Amino acid sequence: MVVKLDKVDVVVVGTGWAGGVVSAELSKAGYKVVALERGKNVTRDDYIGVKDELRYTNRYEMMQNLAPETITSRNYIDEDALPVRTRKEMMAGTDLGGGSVHWAGATYRWKAYDFEIKSKTIERYGKAKIPNDMTIQDWGITYDEMEKYYDRWEKTAGISGEPDPLGDKRSSDYPNPPMKESPAIRLFKDTTKKMGYHPYQVASGNLSQAYTNPDGEQINQCMFCSFCTQYGCDFGAKSDPLVTVIPTAMKTGNFEVRTGSYVKRVLYKGGKATGVLYVDNMTGIEYEQPADVVVLAAFTFTNNRLLLLSGIGQPYNPTTKKGVIGRNFNAQFNITFLGARGFFNEKKFNSYMGAGALGATLSDFAGDNFDHSKLDFINGGGIELRQYGSGAIATNHVPNGTPSWGPEFKKNSIYYTNRTYVAWYTMATMSYWHNFVDLDPTYTDSFNDPLLRITYKYTDQDRNMAKFGIEKCSEIMKEMGADIVDDDEVPQEFDHVYDGGHYAGGVIMGSDPATSAVNNYLQMWDVDNLFVVGGSAFPQFAGHHPTATIGALGYRASEGIEKYLKSGGQLVKGKQESASV
Amino acid sequence: MADKPTDRNEKSGMSRRAFIKNTGLVAGGVVGGGLFGGLFTNQLQKNAPVTTLENTSGGLQDARVFINRAEDFDILSAATERLFPKDDLGPGAIELGIPYFIDKQLAGEWGMNSKEYMKGPFITNIQAAGTHNIKRDQDTQGPNAATQVPTPTPRYQSILNRSEVFTLGLRKINEVAQKDFGARFVDLDPEKQDEVLRMFEEGKVEMKGVGSSNFFSLLLQTTIEGAYADPVYGGNKDMMGWKMKEYPGPRASFLNDIEKEEFIKMDPVSLRNYQGH
Repeated sequence: MVVKLDKVDVVVVGTGWAGGVVSAELSKAGYKVVALERGKNVTRDDYIGVKDELRYTNRYEMMQNLAPETITSRNYIDEDALPVRTRKEMMAGTDLGGGSVHWAGATYRWKAYDFEIKSKTIERYGKAKIPNDMTIQDWGITYDEMEKYYDRWEKTAGISGEPDPLGDKRSSDYPNPPMKESPAIRLFKDTTKKMGYHPYQVASGNLSQAYTNPDGEQINQCMFCSFCTQYGCDFGAKSDPLVTVIPTAMKTGNFEVRTGSYVKRVLYKGGKATGVLYVDNMTGIEYEQPADVVVLAAFTFTNNRLLLLSGIGQPYNPTTKKGVIGRNFNAQFNITFLGARGFFNEKKFNSYMGAGALGATLSDFAGDNFDHSKLDFINGGGIELRQYGSGAIATNHVPNGTPSWGPEFKKNSIYYTNRTYVAWYTMATMSYWHNFVDLDPTYTDSFNDPLLRITYKYTDQDRNMAKFGIEKCSEIMKEMGADIVDDDEVPQEFDHVYDGGHYAGGVIMGSDPATSAVNNYLQMWDVDNLFVVGGSAFPQFAGHHPTATIGALGYRASEGIEKYLKSGGQLVKGKQESASV
Repeated sequence: MADKPTDRNEKSGMSRRAFIKNTGLVAGGVVGGGLFGGLFTNQLQKNAPVTTLENTSGGLQDARVFINRAEDFDILSAATERLFPKDDLGPGAIELGIPYFIDKQLAGEWGMNSKEYMKGPFITNIQAAGTHNIKRDQDTQGPNAATQVPTPTPRYQSILNRSEVFTLGLRKINEVAQKDFGARFVDLDPEKQDEVLRMFEEGKVEMKGVGSSNFFSLLLQTTIEGAYADPVYGGNKDMMGWKMKEYPGPRASFLNDIEKEEFIKMDPVSLRNYQGH
């Protein structure tokens, strides 16, 4: 039996940056908001004294329990997909604040080029530059329109940084100055400057100083303790929903968060979403939470799966290339973070110090900042050198040719512990008709609902761009004075390891309802009172980390939801852009 | 609370006053009691004793809690010692307590695959599928490459949980030693032991339900983890693993040292010291 609860104004699924921002903004505006989170209730206290590498990095303390639910994965449409069974292969955040708590903090705005990639590519290089298989599209919103939402989120999160010298126009500086420079970062910057590039400090969600955000939330100063990526912050010094938007929503008195709540369906009747069906993990009791507006702001996988399970929107069919839900799945996969590792015989670094977003970067080979006329790919990515702070288990890098165990491995892994850095290319991934998600025909979750199935393969575009990036990183590493430089190898095919958290698309934004699921307010074309917010809206992946764009989309969606609550209806008029997909 | 050098917290590399100032705990004033209390009672405890063998339980935790047969444990000890041998840099697997570390891991959540998806159907040509992509070593790739254990990541498609894989694998090591070299694994000379281990690494040994390279990669992963995980888990005995690589252990802050050019060597502290209760 399903227990029917009292109706609220807005029900939000997920409590990461996307759900957190929407919850804060709407509860501040006076609406009654209920957020549902499948994971545990956690507070800052849960992360005091967390400096345990085995538990957090190697045993994935903060990641989704896969026993009840995972995804399945395959490369090709005619293959059977297999479940991704272990947390070593599938890292997705869980618990209050979601993946936004264990993030590193690296913050980038995406470029004017990214938001209008199809038009701008055709404009500069002609139609032939885009391969037939590639299904990239404009977002239906421009950078100039997105700028105020980026600015807003950066202030909420207290981002510490300096502008990208090659970046687009900003209405204001970052709210906090950049992080300190370590010797490795100085070396990267000095070297790349001499090479004629434009390095700058990675903008960081680990704060360079104590800060009070516009909502009155305090974030502390980063201690460079190194327990950052894959950890909650020991000091409340990493910007996340637990120290910003969730307490802001709580203070309004209009917000309630229910943890341990696993949403099974979006309920849908007569063209409208009427609420959600969820089960309380502690009791097994099922509840219906009715609402005027339903917001799906969970991880990309969950947003897609809930729409497919609920039968909302037309599922994408790769054979006919019609339909939208599941279309343009895109991600920063392992091919996306390739580069070159340098080993320094004469230098010893304090590599054990660091912070998730501590690093230097350059955009000379990002987006369309460089001429692609003679290149066999479009787009690009940032080149980064990061100093996360190396854990003792993690730091066992050895030069190529060293055996992976035994006396020589031991000797080299210990010798190079504090003598190695990597420069990598955080390249973009373009969308293709053959990369998509749907429901798996075989494997099910603990309620016997089908798992989400991912079909994804690499393309020449990916491999060519990776090769280009590796060469650039290798040149930089050599100039930095590394005695040994090992270039990464470009993999031929995707290996079904989902360990980066940067998965996107499937419920994408656009201006044409035939090729997008949501409009530029993240409102579904098919269902006026259903908003789907987060990385699931990216039509393709830009060449930089995604979090700022998810935060900004949260503010954009909040504005749309308020408009809808006031006046109803579709907020954007759809355009028919082209017959061909 | 003077900022004299003698009053400097050696472990955190900064004074208590500097820490308060830098975090804005006092100036900002808006701090939850939990964090405030936690910092003072735990992380800034100056007098938390540094744990040594003398004041721990004297090795009382070094006993098998998962592996039943002493013979299996001896194979594990001999195998991990080959993967991480004692040398002039310092102790090897046995002295670091790595076999006990692995035994404890197998007894718990990780060994039992409690948070992994273990629902069928399982594919039956597991020898092939279980070693999927083993040759394409992408362990050093991906956005979290810098924080991941550098061992290969074959797709896990076995119906067996990790503790079962270890039990089968350890006994298979002995079987191969007997069959190919005519002696128990522990009695072989080191070169022959390496040959046996390489056969597993290369997936040349037939195991039931799982690829032998999958077993090997779990063995190697846990060996490295056991050398460098916090001593609370039973390996990295007396922080000797950390001492070898000059790793300082969990520290509150490097704020005052992050910009420094010269390498700073600190005596390691453990979670026991850091949490301090």
